[in-house]
Amino acid sequence: MKRATAAFLFFALLAVLWEVLVRTGVWPHMLVPAPSEVLRYLVDAVADGTLPGAMAVTLKRLVLGYVAGFALGLPLGLLIARFKFFADTLGLMALGLQALPSICWAPLALLWFGQTEAAMFFIVIMGSVWSITLATDAGVRHVPPIYVRAAQTMGSRGLHTWSHVILPAALPFIVSGMKQGWAFAWRSLMAAEIYITILTGFGLGHLLHYGRELHAMDAVLGIILVIIGIGLLTDKLLFSPVERFIHRRWGTAR
Amino acid sequence: MNEEIPTGSPAKVAVEDVSKTFRARHDLVQALDHVSLQVREGEFVCLVGPSGCGKTTLLNIIAGLDTPDSGRVLADGKPVTGAGSDRLVMFQEPALFPWLDVRSNVLFGLNLKPNLGKAERLEVAQYYLQLVGLEKFLHANVHELSGGMKQRLALARALAPNPRVLLMDEPFGSLDALTRDQLYGDLQSIWAQRRRTVVFVTHNAREAACLGDRVVLFSPRPGRIQEQFEIRLARPRDINSVELASHATEITRALKRHLKPELREVAE
Repeated sequence: MKRATAAFLFFALLAVLWEVLVRTGVWPHMLVPAPSEVLRYLVDAVADGTLPGAMAVTLKRLVLGYVAGFALGLPLGLLIARFKFFADTLGLMALGLQALPSICWAPLALLWFGQTEAAMFFIVIMGSVWSITLATDAGVRHVPPIYVRAAQTMGSRGLHTWSHVILPAALPFIVSGMKQGWAFAWRSLMAAEIYITILTGFGLGHLLHYGRELHAMDAVLGIILVIIGIGLLTDKLLFSPVERFIHRRWGTAR
Repeated sequence: MNEEIPTGSPAKVAVEDVSKTFRARHDLVQALDHVSLQVREGEFVCLVGPSGCGKTTLLNIIAGLDTPDSGRVLADGKPVTGAGSDRLVMFQEPALFPWLDVRSNVLFGLNLKPNLGKAERLEVAQYYLQLVGLEKFLHANVHELSGGMKQRLALARALAPNPRVLLMDEPFGSLDALTRDQLYGDLQSIWAQRRRTVVFVTHNAREAACLGDRVVLFSPRPGRIQEQFEIRLARPRDINSVELASHATEITRALKRHLKPELREVAE
């Protein structure tokens, strides 16, 4: 509770300071809108439905693309960890593609899929899949062999060893890879939405882009806040509980 | 409670003319050279020798985690072809699973026994956790246990699936002397209650004299059985007793006798 209060006070103070700086003209109004104006924009945009609509479009792309990225990345990582042939081939490819910001795929995605959701999914998948693949591979490689031997003497074999020993033992790595994959996917999607016009849905990035076109900086800042909020919430609701579990169970907590 | 847990008869192990060579960096190391060993049903056999004499290799071969170059191992008359839950290994490190709590670690092996029901599994886990004195820590995390508690948990995990043979590879090697002394007592009383065939690897002559019905002495490079000692002391044995010490001294002397001069220091 104390920490929540501290956080609240910190941000309240920041907002007040910002408001004062704009109102007194220290920061030119043309360049920086006041927090009160940003708030007014957000309220209006929620009221007329543009903001919730854009959020729904963006989150749908993100979640579906990310789930697909995970569903591809995990088995790929396992294959690479298990078979030397795949490590030498797919592993190298994964390493290379992970270094590529997935927004670079935008021109090709447009060419292949047109201005559709499929192009967005493709960019989100390419943003998340390689981080998850590489983390899974690293996680499996770091499993102490003694766990596998111990499991084998207890009668564990093949698939059971993978699902009950290797995967859970690699969990800390996999979760950090999932977190990185999420961050990459989120950034790529925002870049793609700002950069490309998609005819099938109007996302947060497009809203931000139109704010720029209309020189509506209150809208730009409002949407930035929404994007930050979604990122924070995902971390706190999705990843933090899992990380806390891992820290408690493995004894790696601070 | 004792009667409710299916015991099965303890098995015998026969090692027949087993040899094993490892490729070291520049040369070949013969870890085992035509080793033969018979372990009777319910017998507690200690393999003693300096580091590098192949005793752990032999244990791994009996476990099925390693294959011999020649010769074979029979468990209960059947050739060993791979790891199996009839021959459980307790390693030098506890090798507990950090993603599971204390009870789930014990349940791991039990869950691989298809003929047990869920209630039965929980009951068996409870029984063995009680046997090793961890019944108050069912849902504790592994990292919260002390070194001695971890090895006790590893013991419970190894005993719970009711293996025919228990293979122990210096399981108490990394513990402090006080904890170790206590575990000798615990292990003896558990063994008295739930008699199993045990093959116990150690480099500690006193530990071997304390636990074993028979002590088998290995010499290194190539690993060979040099001598065997029957220990006929009454149980439970006190590691600090004078009689036990005299047996241990005898084993230590023999150990030194069989060592090559350059390795003598190691065993001191």
